[in-house]
Amino acid sequence: MRMKMEKNTTAENEEKMPLWEVFSQAKSGKPHTHVGSLHAPDGTMALQNARDAYARRGSASLWVVPAEAIIASTPEDSPMFFDPAEDKVYRHPQFYKIPRSVRL
Amino acid sequence: MSLNAEIRGQLFNYLLRHADDRLVLGHRLSEWCGHGPMLEEDLALANIALDLIGQASLFYKLAAETEANGRSEDDLAFLRDSAEFRNLQLVEQPNGDFAYTIARQFFFDVYDVLFLEQLSLSTEAEISAIGAKALKEAQYHLRHTQQWMLRLGDGTEESHRRLQDAVDDLWRFTQEMFVPDELDHTLTAEVIAPDLETLRSSWQESVEQTLREATLELPEDSQYMTSGSRGGYHTEHLGYLLAEMQVMQRTHPGAAW
Amino acid sequence: MESQPHIRDISGNTALDEAQRVKRFEERIQAGERIEPKDWMPDVYRRQLTRMISQHAHSEVVGMYPEGNWITRAPTLRRKLGLLAKVQDECGHGLYLYCAAETLGVDRSDLTDELLSGKAKYASIFNYPTLSWADIGVIGWLVDGAAIINQTPLAKCSYGPYARAMVHICKEESFHLKQGYEIVTKLAQGNSAQKEMVQESVNRWWWPVLMMFGPSDSDSSNSEDLMRWKVKLFSNDSLRQRFVNGSVAQAKAVKLTLPDPDLRFNEESGNWDYGTINWDEFWQVVKGHGPCNRERMRMSRKKHNDGRWVREAARAYSARHPEK
Repeated sequence: MRMKMEKNTTAENEEKMPLWEVFSQAKSGKPHTHVGSLHAPDGTMALQNARDAYARRGSASLWVVPAEAIIASTPEDSPMFFDPAEDKVYRHPQFYKIPRSVRL
Repeated sequence: MSLNAEIRGQLFNYLLRHADDRLVLGHRLSEWCGHGPMLEEDLALANIALDLIGQASLFYKLAAETEANGRSEDDLAFLRDSAEFRNLQLVEQPNGDFAYTIARQFFFDVYDVLFLEQLSLSTEAEISAIGAKALKEAQYHLRHTQQWMLRLGDGTEESHRRLQDAVDDLWRFTQEMFVPDELDHTLTAEVIAPDLETLRSSWQESVEQTLREATLELPEDSQYMTSGSRGGYHTEHLGYLLAEMQVMQRTHPGAAW
Repeated sequence: MESQPHIRDISGNTALDEAQRVKRFEERIQAGERIEPKDWMPDVYRRQLTRMISQHAHSEVVGMYPEGNWITRAPTLRRKLGLLAKVQDECGHGLYLYCAAETLGVDRSDLTDELLSGKAKYASIFNYPTLSWADIGVIGWLVDGAAIINQTPLAKCSYGPYARAMVHICKEESFHLKQGYEIVTKLAQGNSAQKEMVQESVNRWWWPVLMMFGPSDSDSSNSEDLMRWKVKLFSNDSLRQRFVNGSVAQAKAVKLTLPDPDLRFNEESGNWDYGTINWDEFWQVVKGHGPCNRERMRMSRKKHNDGRWVREAARAYSARHPEK
């Protein structure tokens, strides 16, 4: 694959296209889930591209979100974000006892 | 279908011309596969091509049933010569650059949405069913090409120039879409087919609006306008397209694939 | 997408040194956990994955050319639709994979530059020409069949975005395989010209397809790290053997001959033994001296260069109309 190049083909000074994250709802009533990403100059084209790239075999609804708009927790956040939830047993129904004979 | 033999014969020819439009245009778009300006657009153009070729299959199938002469949809697509093809000259024009393809597609899509809206009201159930199915697809095609008309027209100096050239060059193929011939008149009278003349003003209005928004000039009407497509008159390009498309069927007559 | 070690200090944990990080990373992998983009990972893992995923993406995209070559000549409407949808899927797969690679902190345009400059590699199989319609069937059957065997394990690899892309891709590949085998079956049951056409095609593709699994285990670099990190789960030779075993029966079912006189069943191992692969040819093609390397690269560069003014226009328009 090492070939002589025409000039200007590698020196790519072309501006990058923004990245969009795509969420698709498989069926009406289901949640939108992340299915992938794509590049598009703007939201209108991103949505159309999402349709062609991620809904070829069906979808009920699509969202596109600029990738840079997503604020994500980091692995370093995980201990303080998520560990404290693990021992809060009183948030779960099994924590509470009611007489066996009663149906709630 | 409980139509008399004469109308059936007319209907066969009518279905063929609309099948041919879709096959030829779908074929042209399929030539883009792998060569588009970004991967995302390769996917989009292939989708439109698939829709159109799928619609062509439905029209050919119904045509073959209407003819009831033992020919299949593939016989109709692959074993007729250029002079027997009844597609618009617009759709057989080579792809050119991306602007040329988009302008060609835009002119067709505006027409196609209007045409299919009416076709889906046909009194013939099979025809209205194809019309309704194809309409949903055409509405999406139009949305896609319209967005590109705006982006290329109102994009850079280069894209504006390329698209204006394409619009000017293709304009001569656009008027015959709305010129009905005897076949159209007969089937319109039977409320089987749309009245093409009623589509013209909506097409003109819609096209003018998009061109304006895309900062493009409307071409002058005084130039040479093509005619005769529906009678089998074509540009030189169709012969090559068919030679390529039909090569397997022509080389191996009677083989199953 | 670099991880941010300083945050760990703020949250009260002691900063880990490199060796400890690697140890924790490997423990997570051994425990079957998936690595996600923001997780810490060794530089070598990041580099190897970027290389692997982007090569895979390039292969899908370049892979559009050999089959795309027959879209305009497909013999029936049904075949035309099937082939176009298939080549379109390959484009989609390229896109999914570039996205997975981008989670590792590279941009698609940089990866494309590497492809166009000849720095990045893609699957050698796509440097062979499609000379007859039968090639479309045989590619679907053998090339996609081999790809599925290669790729199915990747859906369980340790890097989350790659594994998820592969789940998506493998589902779509099964349509490709069936489409191919259907075409082959039809030709094998067809007239004498068709039978000859499909056998000739199998003869041409069989050996290059065996090369798709990569060099013999004894000659394969990079393998050890990749296996430990569960990026690669099976060795090249074991996947190749699995493919040969499956293909023998599939060829027999449609009365086609695989062009290898040394092919015979080994009672002891339960495998089909096969002849010697011409690795000289393999390395020649990898180095750019295959039948179509130049055409494929020329096409790829043309696509990119011809599209530049379109991409520029789209960007200029959205800069001018930020409300869109």
